[in-house]
Amino acid sequence: MDGAREGGMGLAKAGTIAIFVLGLIWALVTAAHAWDRPMQVHALLFVVFFAIGIAQLAAFRPPADRSHYNVKIVKYGVVASVFWGIVAFLVGVVIALQLAFPALNLDTAITNFGRLRPLHTSAAIFAFGGNVLIATSFWVVQRTCRVRLAGEIAPWFVFWGYNFFIILAATGYLMGVTQSKEYAEPEWLTDLWLTIVWVVYLLVFLITLARRKEPHIYVANWFYLAFIVTIAMLHLGNNAAIPLSPFSSKSVIVYAGAQDALIQWWYGHNAVGFFLTAGFLGIMYYFVPKRAERPVYSYRLSIIHFWALIFLYIWAGPHHLHYTALPMWTQVLGATFSVMLWMPSWGGMLNGLLTLKGAWDKLRTDPVIRMLVVSVAFYGMSTFEGPAMSMHWVNSLSHYTDWTIGHVHSGALGWVGFVSFGALYCLAPWVFGRKRLYSLALVEWHFWLSTLGILLYITAMWVSGIMQGLMWRSYDALGFLEYSFAETVAAMHPYYIIRAIGGGLYLIGALIMAWNIYMTAKGRIRRREPLAEFAPAAA
Amino acid sequence: MANWSLHGWLERNAFALLIGILIVVSIGGLVEIVPLFWMKSAIEKVEGMRPYTPLELAGRDIYIREGCYVCHSQMIRSLRSEVDRYGHYSLAAESMYDHPFQWGSKRTGPDLARVGGKYSDEWHRMHMADPRSVVPESVMPGYPFLADTPLDYRHIAERLKTERLVGVPYTDDMIQHAKDDLLAQLDPEADTDGLIARYGEKVKVRDFDGNPKMVSELDALIAYLQMLGTLVDTQAFDVRQGDNDR
Repeated sequence: MDGAREGGMGLAKAGTIAIFVLGLIWALVTAAHAWDRPMQVHALLFVVFFAIGIAQLAAFRPPADRSHYNVKIVKYGVVASVFWGIVAFLVGVVIALQLAFPALNLDTAITNFGRLRPLHTSAAIFAFGGNVLIATSFWVVQRTCRVRLAGEIAPWFVFWGYNFFIILAATGYLMGVTQSKEYAEPEWLTDLWLTIVWVVYLLVFLITLARRKEPHIYVANWFYLAFIVTIAMLHLGNNAAIPLSPFSSKSVIVYAGAQDALIQWWYGHNAVGFFLTAGFLGIMYYFVPKRAERPVYSYRLSIIHFWALIFLYIWAGPHHLHYTALPMWTQVLGATFSVMLWMPSWGGMLNGLLTLKGAWDKLRTDPVIRMLVVSVAFYGMSTFEGPAMSMHWVNSLSHYTDWTIGHVHSGALGWVGFVSFGALYCLAPWVFGRKRLYSLALVEWHFWLSTLGILLYITAMWVSGIMQGLMWRSYDALGFLEYSFAETVAAMHPYYIIRAIGGGLYLIGALIMAWNIYMTAKGRIRRREPLAEFAPAAA
Repeated sequence: MANWSLHGWLERNAFALLIGILIVVSIGGLVEIVPLFWMKSAIEKVEGMRPYTPLELAGRDIYIREGCYVCHSQMIRSLRSEVDRYGHYSLAAESMYDHPFQWGSKRTGPDLARVGGKYSDEWHRMHMADPRSVVPESVMPGYPFLADTPLDYRHIAERLKTERLVGVPYTDDMIQHAKDDLLAQLDPEADTDGLIARYGEKVKVRDFDGNPKMVSELDALIAYLQMLGTLVDTQAFDVRQGDNDR
């Protein structure tokens, strides 16, 4: 049996090296014949990736003892998540300051807002969010299936391949490589690479599930599976494009106009729905009951809200296109389903919150569970605000304004951010083999600074967004538009500053988290921390 | 309840769970998206739409490259205050050749759907170099480097060819003369007969960046901006006709 495994291992290693060699040759040829500088740079990055990959694979020895969980891959994921989180929040603060003080653009191509904005959104969603999802999914699927992660090379390909995708996307944006499709900006080559990585990710996850020793698949894994599979569908659908040439960084999207608009927002809303919601609900369903040491509140509720959520979410896309040239019947479908979506979303929120039944006191004593629970509360808030903004009469005011940005960030910072931080704080002692975090007091600092940051951010954007919307539609006594567009821009200024401060606090919180996790990895305990501190047993 | 045991079966079968998820998440997309490709009423019947000229297409590529869509929308909604501020609401037909669409999702700056002809070339040159020189309240970054950067149009013919592959009606003639047409559009003294014959009388032929010595990225970008929203005669559009009221 072991011999067969070893033989299989040898084949996998040889096969992967062979593919990487082909990739290296392709990269060298492409670099030599590239039509434009960005393509040349990306081809050279591929050369580096494949070269390092071949060297690493040649030296790779699978662990002798494979009867334990693969913890090392999760540890790397935790580190990557913290790193990218800080990058994402930092770029966010930079662009927020650019809006308040335009001189900070420096008026060069690489530093201007237009190229930095997708750097921020992709870093937050894909670099930070994506690494959190990969790391936690690899942890959760192993523990809830009571089986080691499938593959010895494949998980590492997923981790490094995914982070290489991030590098390609980020360097691309700085060089002006973008398809102008929000949250799908990377061009065809980067998209193709992501597809390959994603297929391997799905296989690793699915095969681990198939090999499970636990008969039932735990609810967190339904959400992870839905996230992986639906993102694949959305990614392939939205990015259908024809490259100008295999040597050109540019491609032409197959769809146009109104049809492309709908496909983009079928994708865009469900990037939120499946990447940022379904995947993170998977995280919630493991880490909340685990940290609270309580069972999930309701099994039946989890079934109902899971299927309702993944069914209804898909329809919501058109609410990004109210009063545009999209046909009205499509807009109405989008609005209606978005309002209905409020229910399974709150089903998830309630299931998460009520899991604390019998353990509410932990909110007072354990800042990690507090962060997790507050994240669920923000989830509830965002999934109420979202349906509200999906209705035509609200949307006619909110569309194109800062209110949309406020809504995005209450979800991103409050829900996605906090549930991620909670999960990272749970994982850190486990993956670094420590009894507890370096400091729970520092988690308190993180929690309060970040919460204050979120509140400043969203209230600033609510005020500026609604004000913008009202000013744009304001008429004077003679029946003329009251404000020029430039006047509305001037009115935004103080709120842009407040928003930057809010984001800055959030960044400081993340830096505190990075310090805390670093010291945890070193095995230190903060001297002033009481010894009889709440610390759940290692999983 | 007996129904719950069906779910138990799904929970004990990873592949069935996968298929179940795929089926459920496919439905919404199929119902909303597929009809838009089959229904003729999705795009109004209007006069005047034409593909972008090579110069305009190059300009559009720069618009996308610099992320202008991040702050500027190109979609005037069918709301009174928008029509009063920007002009006739945008028709689906007006973006039918936009691969990908540029409707945008945020107005940090104003909507640009009908910015064509609203400002002079000189205004655009000043605005691109330093936005606050013409709009003191603006928070837009400056793009002074566009005027000094030569336009790379080596592959403009392949560009048009690929657009044709996805359905934009570029003719062989247009593809063959792509480079010539690009250069001709910048020079009123040049022989523009071919350009006009291929793209119509309304094509604007000017030295957009005011610098006849160089074909710059600013030339292309201003050429693109100056035609936005100018193709279709919106006065002639009758919303009560046929399927126009959707």
